[in-house]
Amino acid sequence: MTVILVLLLLCIFCCLYRVGKGPTAPDRTVAIDILGTLVVGFCAVYSIITKKDLYMNIAISWALVSFIGTLALAKYLEGRSFDE
Amino acid sequence: MSEAAGWVFIIIGITFDLVGCIGLVRLPDIYNRLQAATKCVTLGTCMILLSVFFFVGLNSVGVKALLCIWFVLITSPTSAHAIARAAHRSGIRLWVGSVMDKYADDKEGTEDTA
Amino acid sequence: MKRFLYFLILLVIWLLLTWSLHWQDLVVGVVIALIAQLLLGDIFPVGVVRVFNPVRFFWLFTYTWVFFFYVIKANFDVAYRVLNLYMPIKPGIVKVRTKLQTDMARTFLANSITLTPGTLSVDMVGDHLYIHWINIVSEDPEKETEIIVRRFEKLLERIFE
Repeated sequence: MTVILVLLLLCIFCCLYRVGKGPTAPDRTVAIDILGTLVVGFCAVYSIITKKDLYMNIAISWALVSFIGTLALAKYLEGRSFDE
Repeated sequence: MSEAAGWVFIIIGITFDLVGCIGLVRLPDIYNRLQAATKCVTLGTCMILLSVFFFVGLNSVGVKALLCIWFVLITSPTSAHAIARAAHRSGIRLWVGSVMDKYADDKEGTEDTA
Repeated sequence: MKRFLYFLILLVIWLLLTWSLHWQDLVVGVVIALIAQLLLGDIFPVGVVRVFNPVRFFWLFTYTWVFFFYVIKANFDVAYRVLNLYMPIKPGIVKVRTKLQTDMARTFLANSITLTPGTLSVDMVGDHLYIHWINIVSEDPEKETEIIVRRFEKLLERIFE
């Protein structure tokens, strides 16, 4: 299991590289969105280790909240108001 | 038996996650990155969640993992679509090696009404 | 009828999330589902009601397997393109036409296109979809429509239309 966690950390570092380097704002948004999905995977691996449903609760809420965050960022980049 | 299936799924999942993140770093422009990252990371995370179901069996953790697969499968393509449209509307051009861009061609004519 | 169905779906999701049939959980679930459907019942898509029919369920089942087959194919396709040293990509945005009319079917079509080999839906204007394609094989709109849209359109037509 530790190996899986280390590999997931490697994925997260790739995303962080893109967040830092990304030439444009949408590049950074993509990287943040993918980071959210990877954190869901991280919580899933932790719930295998501990066998508790606490981490699955975090995973579900994280998936939904990061989805709303990405939509808000996309709307902001597009330059529209939120009620459209 | 079900633990073996769990290991198989978690290894496939982590491989696809890694491929998606390498794509995120290597590919040349935002649309290609979005393609690689969305497809691979979505399936990879779904595989990891499925392996949770195989490891713990049918109890509260497993059922939550299955629900989480459903949420990820619905939300991930939608946010990719939102980012792609936002990027195109905020004026980011395609990679120089691209073949054609019908969307920009069509938008030229209707720029004033938007 | 529509609102009752919405209430039932919410209650089932609540019960799956709590995974207990204790009466206190049941009461809280009923109250929350009721409040949620009173507040947000207006934006519930109408098309869902029509799916509750054995024939449509059978096609939904078929669609699920076809969809997963294409998702796995898409992942191997992306892996091949990313891990190849020369990156054999030839990207561009193409315009295809869809016959589907209902919102539900179009949503499913756009999301399926995003998760299948080499394509990403960018926008929808009227009947036309703009698709970012990582490896364009032809420049003829008819053939593009044939390749990208047809493989899901037939099944989705049977499910939602």
